[in-house]
Amino acid sequence: MTQPEAPPEERRSKRARESHATSIRPGFFIKLILMALINALGVYIILAAWSQQSWIILAVTVFFVVLADIVYFTKRMLPLKYLLPGLVFLLIYQVFTVGYTGYVAFTNYGAGHNSDKADAIAANVMQNQRRVEGSPALPLVVVEQTFPGTDLGFAVLEDDMVKVGTEDQPLEEAPDAVVEGTTIVEVPGWNVLSWSDAVARSQEVTQLRVPVSDDPNAGSIGTQDARTGYAYRSVVTYDPETDTMTNSDTGMVYRANDRGQFQADDGSTLTVGWRVFVGAENFTTAFSDQRYSGPFLKVLAWNVVFAIASVLTTFFLGLFLAIVMNSERMRGRKIYRTLMLLPYAFPAFLTALLFQGMLNRDFGFVNQVLLGGMPIAWLNDPWLAKLAIIMVNLWMGFPYMFLIATGTLQAIPGDVYEAAKIDGASGWQQFRRITLPLLLIAVTPLLISSFAFNFNNFNLVYMLTGGGPRFTDTSAPIGATDLLITMVYSVSGLDGSASRNYGLASALSIVIFLIVATVSAISFRLSQKMED
Amino acid sequence: MSTPHTSEPVTADTHRQRSVGRMFADVGWRHVVGIVAVIFAAFPILYILSAALNPGGTLTGSNAMFSTVSLENFARLSDTYFWTWLGNTLIIGVITSLGTVLMGASAAYAFSRYRFAGRQFGLTFLMVLQMFPQLLAFVAIFLLLLTLGEVVPFLGLNSKIGLICVYLGGALGVNTFLMYGTFNTVPKELDEAAKIDGASHAHIYWRIILPLVMPILTVVGLLSFISTFNDFMLAKIILQSEENWTVAVGMYGWVSDQLAANWGQFAAGAIIAALPILALFLFLQRWIVSGLTQGSVK
Repeated sequence: MTQPEAPPEERRSKRARESHATSIRPGFFIKLILMALINALGVYIILAAWSQQSWIILAVTVFFVVLADIVYFTKRMLPLKYLLPGLVFLLIYQVFTVGYTGYVAFTNYGAGHNSDKADAIAANVMQNQRRVEGSPALPLVVVEQTFPGTDLGFAVLEDDMVKVGTEDQPLEEAPDAVVEGTTIVEVPGWNVLSWSDAVARSQEVTQLRVPVSDDPNAGSIGTQDARTGYAYRSVVTYDPETDTMTNSDTGMVYRANDRGQFQADDGSTLTVGWRVFVGAENFTTAFSDQRYSGPFLKVLAWNVVFAIASVLTTFFLGLFLAIVMNSERMRGRKIYRTLMLLPYAFPAFLTALLFQGMLNRDFGFVNQVLLGGMPIAWLNDPWLAKLAIIMVNLWMGFPYMFLIATGTLQAIPGDVYEAAKIDGASGWQQFRRITLPLLLIAVTPLLISSFAFNFNNFNLVYMLTGGGPRFTDTSAPIGATDLLITMVYSVSGLDGSASRNYGLASALSIVIFLIVATVSAISFRLSQKMED
Repeated sequence: MSTPHTSEPVTADTHRQRSVGRMFADVGWRHVVGIVAVIFAAFPILYILSAALNPGGTLTGSNAMFSTVSLENFARLSDTYFWTWLGNTLIIGVITSLGTVLMGASAAYAFSRYRFAGRQFGLTFLMVLQMFPQLLAFVAIFLLLLTLGEVVPFLGLNSKIGLICVYLGGALGVNTFLMYGTFNTVPKELDEAAKIDGASHAHIYWRIILPLVMPILTVVGLLSFISTFNDFMLAKIILQSEENWTVAVGMYGWVSDQLAANWGQFAAGAIIAALPILALFLFLQRWIVSGLTQGSVK
């Protein structure tokens, strides 16, 4: 990250050359080592991407490694030397993911539509394999790959020739294998499992199918007892010319439709589909599908109320305390201030979990001790749960507002008040006409970012109520205290509470972004006007 | 309440009462408010401390505060993955905050000191990107790591390095502006003087500018550490096996199943996990306040 050469005009002076020589040497070696590491990492990723045929990852890696070498080994592009490290991470993990969210939002990516069409065809073929009637029993052993992975595979003896393969590698001949009678004893490059070891992993072994060749329609080898293999063939075959899949058992013909599925004339579909563009469908689902639209509007309304209420409650409590504490004559202010900072310094996720316990209906401290054993369902009643969330947020948020209000109050010059007193302004008038306007101008940007933060306050809601209590009028996993962000998390299915729907989740993410961006833009405008 | 002790005779009694009243009107009520606020702020933390020290370990048992005191709950943590999680969290947090500070500072330096094509665009772009928090792109992040992991396992799912890279992706967007403002307050004459003395741009950056902006570097590092420490969602999605979890992911698991029974264990873990952050806050209070008023939120 350092750069050895000084610009040419400086090198001309003798003094410059001396300081150059003494101060840069170690930096140059550090740079050389770092660049060597980066290049080595780059080569490793390129090779790995090559073997996995991931051309995009390969191209991106080549681009960045070459760019880094050019930037750090030439004298030009000085600003880029400082920007590049952050820029690489920003482009891959932020810009790309934002863009990819936009792409996924317009597809049906999710459960049943996880990959491209070729993968979907192969998966449908694999899932519908049946043992071929009357096929010969082949001597078989279970093997384990020794390099590069440790995938399980089969070695079978067919026509005096040993063939070996895994789920991903179709059977290939292994001419160096050792056979005793009809038992395969050794296969170079593979670890032959003993029969008892193989039986110990019977679940994996009986489900394993090793394809006979690259053609998915050619069938595969499977076993039930880890000793004999039988030919399996799929009852479902793909015909590229008509773009259909046919089930030879039932005679049903499944045609590829524009929803990314193979569909028969009676409307039934094969289980595995592929992802396709669905246009704005995910967005219309959010607003019109009855499973989502009702809850979505309720969640949206509560989300807005929560974000506003959390900013207002914390701000006014913080401001009130700041005004109270802002008296020169009050002793021990530092101690009060430090103790009041505690909730802010206590990690937020622990706060939410802590209050989940304290507000527990049957055993929690609040009900048992403070309220003398009243069984109040703080977290299970829709309205009380909302109140609880705002109160807990008040607890963890007011110190921040207290800090910034104190800072701003102390920045207001005292002579403004002197002048007001001389003009005969009362205490309330001073507050209303001087303190509040000056304060608001200073803290408005902070209130806006606090709004934006609380709008997406995932931790608080997810860890305090989990979004519950659940709405009873919908099958979607959404509840009365869900914010949009926790709703998106449930909808995505990444927590296992629903089947995965990446498309809808991404579309909702974009809706959240639009709301937050609009509110922020409008309020920045307003606050700028206020300043003028 | 601070009552003034005077040695004046009884004749001054009426005078004294009036001054007590005035004292209360002036300062005393402020103490009352202050004490109420401190109780409100500190009580839950006192409660969790007592629960941590209560050997029963249940939610009901914790209601009798400080009735019995033992370190049993802390000892029980060794039977769990807690210390592994804490180690993971600290490693991830420290590396992320160091990376964030270094990358954010060098980007801010470039924007502050050089004039180059795309500079204005870059600044505006960062400002817009700030509004799209990484949290919103979690589906795309998951899918990206899923794909990356097939090629380079240590950058994929269930890898701490993978998670750190994701956090570092957010480094520029959030912090560059904060630092950019501070870098601009360092007079350019300093760089120019050093340049005339023959210092290279790297020398100016590392030896002259960075030491001058140490306070803001500390604040950014600390805030980045805290937000990493508190992150649940991305860590939960990316780190899948139990020995790779962070404290946030692991302790959520304790409370979400068997909250009532695991309470003592949770409380003990919470006290230990909160200690590093509490300590940092207390030691760096002044710097944090100045950093906060420049626009970062918990």
